[in-house]
Amino acid sequence: MHIEVQERDFDVEALSRALIGPRKDIGAVVSFTGRVRDRSEAQNLLALELEHYPAMTEKALQEIAEQARQRWDIDDLAIVHRVGRLAVGEAIVAVVVISAHRRDAFEACEFLMDYLKTRAPFWKKEITTDGEAWVEARHSDDEAAARWEE
Amino acid sequence: MSLQILYFASLREAVGQSSESLDLPEGLSSVGGLRRHLAERGGHWAEAFGQGRLLASVNQQMAEDDHPVADGDEIAFFPPVTGG
Repeated sequence: MHIEVQERDFDVEALSRALIGPRKDIGAVVSFTGRVRDRSEAQNLLALELEHYPAMTEKALQEIAEQARQRWDIDDLAIVHRVGRLAVGEAIVAVVVISAHRRDAFEACEFLMDYLKTRAPFWKKEITTDGEAWVEARHSDDEAAARWEE
Repeated sequence: MSLQILYFASLREAVGQSSESLDLPEGLSSVGGLRRHLAERGGHWAEAFGQGRLLASVNQQMAEDDHPVADGDEIAFFPPVTGG
């Protein structure tokens, strides 16, 4: 399992290769990359500033990853989340899941993103041509996470 | 011994500090009690802690208002998370 919070960019292909290694039993590799798009709540977005709670962030991601491993038949996973100032077009987060079969990998990947967005201590500030503003948590993200609860 | 309290994101900006050390006030034993104690400082504190949308953690674990607090704990308050 590879979980990391870092300022530098990441290479999703390299993450996948590292998870798979010499294994021959992996039939499915699902990866998600989140990127900074040029408009969200704010018009004229220049960059995002990502803050986190260093002592807690990786622990929270570990817990979310453990839940995914207990719930789906997956073989390994990686979560890499960037912090600091990220310009439009840059990658923010990568989740990679490897498994024998695609269904478990797809579902686990989606679960990891939904839980990460609502349970891991990261906060986004939008830097626009007009100034700065903290991003408000979205109800739709809470709903997306809630659908995984029985 | 005392509590270490951390503030993040918009809350950190609202109260103008990222952390503080606080001697555990007499009779204070829960996260909810600490919230009320901080709100009683008035001004930006009352505004930030009065609106009820802040989350809390105790020793890096998410915690509800009835979670106990004790000397030496690291308590953090922050707005709902927006990563990913």
